[in-house]
Amino acid sequence: MEPIIRVEHLTHTYGEGTPFCRSAVQDLSLDIYPGEILGIIGHTGSGKSTLIQHLNGLLKPTEGRILFHGRDIWEDPKKIRDVRFRVGLVFQYPEYQLFEETVSKDIAFGPKNMGLTGAELEERVHEAAGFVGLKTDLLEKSPFELSGGQKRRVAIAGVIAMMPEVLILDEPSAGLDPEGRESLLRKIRSYHKATGSTVVLVSHSMDEIAENADRIAVLADAGVVMTGTPHEVFSRGKELEAVGLSVPQVTKVAMALKERGVDVDPAVYTIGELRDELLRLKGGEGGC
Amino acid sequence: MLKDITLGQYFPGNTVAHRLDPRTKLIMVVLYIVALFCSVWFVSYALMALALGACIAVSKVPLKSLVRGLKPIVVIIIFTGVINLFWTPGENLLFSWWIIRIYEEGVLRALFMVIRIVMLIMGTFLLTYTTSPITLTDGLESLLGPLKKLHLPIHELSMMMSIALRFIPTLIEETDKIMSAQKARGADFETGSLFQRAKALVPLLVPLFISAFRRADELAVAMECRCYHGGEGRTKLKVLRYRGIDYGAFAISAAVVALVFLLRHYGL
Repeated sequence: MEPIIRVEHLTHTYGEGTPFCRSAVQDLSLDIYPGEILGIIGHTGSGKSTLIQHLNGLLKPTEGRILFHGRDIWEDPKKIRDVRFRVGLVFQYPEYQLFEETVSKDIAFGPKNMGLTGAELEERVHEAAGFVGLKTDLLEKSPFELSGGQKRRVAIAGVIAMMPEVLILDEPSAGLDPEGRESLLRKIRSYHKATGSTVVLVSHSMDEIAENADRIAVLADAGVVMTGTPHEVFSRGKELEAVGLSVPQVTKVAMALKERGVDVDPAVYTIGELRDELLRLKGGEGGC
Repeated sequence: MLKDITLGQYFPGNTVAHRLDPRTKLIMVVLYIVALFCSVWFVSYALMALALGACIAVSKVPLKSLVRGLKPIVVIIIFTGVINLFWTPGENLLFSWWIIRIYEEGVLRALFMVIRIVMLIMGTFLLTYTTSPITLTDGLESLLGPLKKLHLPIHELSMMMSIALRFIPTLIEETDKIMSAQKARGADFETGSLFQRAKALVPLLVPLFISAFRRADELAVAMECRCYHGGEGRTKLKVLRYRGIDYGAFAISAAVVALVFLLRHYGL
């Protein structure tokens, strides 16, 4: 399958020519395929944020290329705005970027910049608000009256309203309580299902990535150290720990069981899988 | 682009220039400026350039960063030079065409003015490059201390200054972040008419103001939690003390200033 976004040998150096110069990403290559949920994981300072800001042209590569549908996004720098409409990026703590008088006006900011007006604009706003689960009566309120979780939904809706082909979310659940976290991720999953768009989920929470991603890219030391399905990645638990990351809690349990001689697959990453795995063992011994 | 602002940037280091007491450095800069404006002829300027060069060499600040600091004021430098060049009346006419008359005095004056401004900026930049903002305000508070007798709120002013300095990088970073976020939604800060560009700043300024107020609020609470109640009876973690190198620096500065005045007396 043709990748929708291809990152080729990307290097980005901050503060070139000053004593503070450092490379945030170094010779990084990555493919993102249409329709998938790609989880990008890495600890603080591994270059996650720098990488995703290249995907929609907010940062310009020091070296290397970003291909979107096979074309270099910097081929024509004047058209970089179009790329930004088609590759939607939700920043960390996006609620701090709200500025309009009403929620609906704030959500409409992106599509308005695309040149949409009237009924179509209205429709986009309502649809986006629906995707993130904002009730209609909130739309005419000031975004500053809302709770933290609601603000975050407004900010995400502001990007979804542009109907991007690729939606990138940088730590969308940071700072939310467990319930808000779970419900937000559920909304993102159902958005992905309903639209069939590509979603890139950036996080440092293994559990979050394990439950949501189809494929995982592990970032460490300014480059990609591993890619693969969650199963493939979590079966290399020891390597993950070596780069300062951990595995999901369920995987930890499975790994510990394995070490004590229980014959489970140590790469399971959801509670359901571990349960099946344990039942299989029990069944094998002829217990039940 | 916003990161290019170098004003007040500190270059960490451990040279003699970094170790000097901030008060010494402040007084030296004042003396340096006075001497610069009392210089009248090439000999004095050469002496001042030598002094500045020595300070730069001692501080190990790359000359490139000092020159880059001049970038924002290039227009002012050129403007001053041109004004002095064309509007200084004198005796020795060098060039005249239509209404333009250039005198020898004008050329010299323009040259001296440009040298003065460039050296002034480089000297003061050297201060901020070798002194962290916090020590600088500490030094300023201590130097202005006697004014407390006149009931001027010196401590409050210096506290405000150090908080402001502390938050400049934070706010720049925040501006960068909000700008990127709005750009990701198609905001356009770079093209359009002046009016359109001013309007385009609303999505940037509103969140920035809100976050500045939020930060101020949080900081106030954090300070109150640690029982901050103004300058009265407040002690310092790092007490400023003049040491040997400070007296040495004073002696050298005084010698240079004296020499400049001597040269001035002889019209050099």
